[in-house]
Amino acid sequence: MLIKRCLPRPILSLILMLVWIMLSDVITYGSVIMGALLGIAIPLMTQRFWDAQPVVKKPLLLLRYTLRVMVDILLANLEVAWLIARPWRRPRPAFVEYPLTLKRDFSITLLASTISLTPGTISANLRLDGRSLLIHVLDTDDEQAVIDEIYNRYERPLMEIYE
Amino acid sequence: MAWLDKAWLDTALEALTAFFLVAGALITFISSFGMVHLRDFYLRMHGPAKATTLGVGLILVACTLYFVLIERTFHIQLLLVTIFLLITAPISAHLLAKVALHQKLPSDTSTTGAPSELREEDVAQEPDTPHPEDPGSGQRP
Repeated sequence: MLIKRCLPRPILSLILMLVWIMLSDVITYGSVIMGALLGIAIPLMTQRFWDAQPVVKKPLLLLRYTLRVMVDILLANLEVAWLIARPWRRPRPAFVEYPLTLKRDFSITLLASTISLTPGTISANLRLDGRSLLIHVLDTDDEQAVIDEIYNRYERPLMEIYE
Repeated sequence: MAWLDKAWLDTALEALTAFFLVAGALITFISSFGMVHLRDFYLRMHGPAKATTLGVGLILVACTLYFVLIERTFHIQLLLVTIFLLITAPISAHLLAKVALHQKLPSDTSTTGAPSELREEDVAQEPDTPHPEDPGSGQRP
């Protein structure tokens, strides 16, 4: 009971402690104790802001998703760099309304972050009703293709992982 | 293995490090170039999003290579920099976009799609009756 109250988010506490030790770059008694103190204090102070975190249902799929996003960031970056470096061809920007099928705040946040990280698309606004996401696309002539690609590449895996 | 003597290896490793460093710098340069020649706020936002992912990423790879291969030390902070950047960059981009939409910054005429956030009839007008906390705003010349 006491442990539950002092450590409301044990995994977060552990991560905070590890990050602190990594930041100080050496494992000494001092850094471990300081990390443990931060791991206890920060979750207690920020507890009110945390929503319930969904459980990862398929960890392997999450790993594959992460790798895919990394590769996409690399490829799409080169594509956008090439697009900018050619001043004679104007990009065709577009606002696209993306209909969300994800329900939980956490997975929507992950999807919006992924969209912003893969260059060429930026998630501009999550509508108040949480049903659609406004995306600004740097260069497209087919909005439906953008929506389909995001759905197949990112949203469906996220749904399988978390919902 | 005579061809694998130390001097040759060192040169090769340095060349590899330099390659990543120059590639990262090039990507960062192109995205800053985009800031100059793209035509509206929403387009210009794409530049920094790129510089922080691939540009900084490549420079960090160069850093890691340099410290691991040449200095023979490993600093895990470089990995942390990448993780923190990947977490924070999309959030700041999202907030910038939200503010731009809220201020109804004009988008380029070639932009397709008209989100309800940018429609004209929603533009805030100067109120007819002065705001109670700012009585002067109604009679401004």
